[in-house]
Amino acid sequence: MARTLAQPATLAAAQERPRRRDWHGFTAHVILIASVALLAFPLYYAFVISTQTLSQVTTTPPKPWPSTALLANYAEAWHRAQMGRMLVNSAIVALGVAIGKIVISLLSAFAIVYFDFRGKNVVFWMIFVTLMLPVPVRIVSTYQVVSVLGWVNTYWGLTVPLMASATGTFLFRQFFRTIPDSLAEAAQLDGAGPMRFLWTILIPLSKANMAALFVILFVYGWNDYLWPLMITNTPEMRTAVIGIETLVPRTSQLPEWNVAMAVAMMVLAPPVAVIVAMQRWFVKGLIETEK
Amino acid sequence: MKRSVFPNRWLPYLLVGPQVIITLVFFFWPAFESLRLSLYRASPFGDRLIYVGLTNFERLFRDDAYLRSVITSFVFSFVVTFAGLALALLLASMANARIRGLAVYRSLLLWPYGIAPAIAGIIWLFVFHPSYGILPWLLSFVTAYQFNWFLKGWVAMALIIVAAIWKQFGYNLAFYLAGLQAIESSVLEAASVDGAGPIRRFFAITFPLLSPVTFFLFTLNMTFSFFDTFGLVHAVTQGGPGDATSILVYRAWRDGFEGLQLGYSAAQSVVLMALVIMLTAFQFRFAEKKVTY
Repeated sequence: MARTLAQPATLAAAQERPRRRDWHGFTAHVILIASVALLAFPLYYAFVISTQTLSQVTTTPPKPWPSTALLANYAEAWHRAQMGRMLVNSAIVALGVAIGKIVISLLSAFAIVYFDFRGKNVVFWMIFVTLMLPVPVRIVSTYQVVSVLGWVNTYWGLTVPLMASATGTFLFRQFFRTIPDSLAEAAQLDGAGPMRFLWTILIPLSKANMAALFVILFVYGWNDYLWPLMITNTPEMRTAVIGIETLVPRTSQLPEWNVAMAVAMMVLAPPVAVIVAMQRWFVKGLIETEK
Repeated sequence: MKRSVFPNRWLPYLLVGPQVIITLVFFFWPAFESLRLSLYRASPFGDRLIYVGLTNFERLFRDDAYLRSVITSFVFSFVVTFAGLALALLLASMANARIRGLAVYRSLLLWPYGIAPAIAGIIWLFVFHPSYGILPWLLSFVTAYQFNWFLKGWVAMALIIVAAIWKQFGYNLAFYLAGLQAIESSVLEAASVDGAGPIRRFFAITFPLLSPVTFFLFTLNMTFSFFDTFGLVHAVTQGGPGDATSILVYRAWRDGFEGLQLGYSAAQSVVLMALVIMLTAFQFRFAEKKVTY
């Protein structure tokens, strides 16, 4: 399923056709520009707030244009929240989850497709079932397991449990099965062992799939909320996404929304940048991992 | 199935090893632990577990607060999914024309996927802020009603719904647009020649042909709104005011971690598991039978 979605190639071909109704095209542009603007407005507004002084933020009517306090707010946000440390933690988690899961699932998919071994069906079934139960469903008990292992407040605890999912394995398995058998046979005739075949042929061929998986997993690792909230309880191990919660001004506090929005901007920038920079692979990853 | 080409006794086990170990330790063990814990209750001093049979489940289904959470969760997920998809489909249909710059529009639509639900929620929290937000300020010209989500449950619900839809809207629209562009215009032209109006053409041809996209987006949005919105609730409303936005995942977490009612929380996890299994089964059945490709 979902394979019938338009690929970039069909989109391009569609655009080549002669345009008949220009009126239609005009409406389309208007609607798309309106949608894009509507989508961008909250982000723009948040950015604007992050550049204003406290008194500008709290006076009505709201002023929807940037002001001069940008540097002051970001510096304040950086110091108050140990932003540097939290962003580093988030980067470690996002990269750890992405790279770890890619490696693990590449290896297991390789074993499942290119080897015949006893217990293969059991292994396959075991991995398959994990598709069904996302982390939030096993909240308390996964925490207990992690604490038994002594992994609370560690990078191991933050990353490894998030790798227990089958999406990557399935993506690589599907892909390996489309590779002609003759490649592996030729490799064997040339005297190449399995690991050499994996390294020199399969991995180079899998680059696009790895990139697609990387974008999805990086965003997932960076943005995950529930897991780091449970598994860490010291400020040094907090990730950026959960750190922000403590900076939201509550009713009894000074309404420093400008600082809160500066934090929000810093936290959302990296995953959004990864999506924008790797957009082609992002779309591929979205389609292939979600079914 | 591919021919298995590499004869090797131990290598395949080494290769699947990491994944199998992680799956056993972080998936099967906790899943069984949840099942086991759901039959126990922590003793008053929390030092040991007392077997209580199905009491936790009985309590769950008699607990009005829990049942309210079930309704809250379903209302939230269905509104986010249906309103989000309907809006995206409507706009995509109106914007479906052979125009230049579709790739540019797509880039400008996809980026909100990268924003964490919690961050999206905090941005919208400020937009909705009763004292400083731009939305209550704008609404104050229209009505004297106080849109204060600190006090009114439905405003808090609207806040998290809007934040969730906002985060999903861009790629819902991008996928619908791509799906519409893939439909052969000759099919629609033939129907047009046969005298079918635009509404009829939409429901008789376009919508059925889009069903794979709709199904894909439906599953994605349901999973998102059920499970990935924990951060949104935790960072923004903390389940409140009162109980108004306590979705199931949030309640399971709060009862387990803040209330320290391990057994009770585990029972909630088991119910959630059953729910996911049902959703997955539905997905497989539906994907095989009802969807036209």
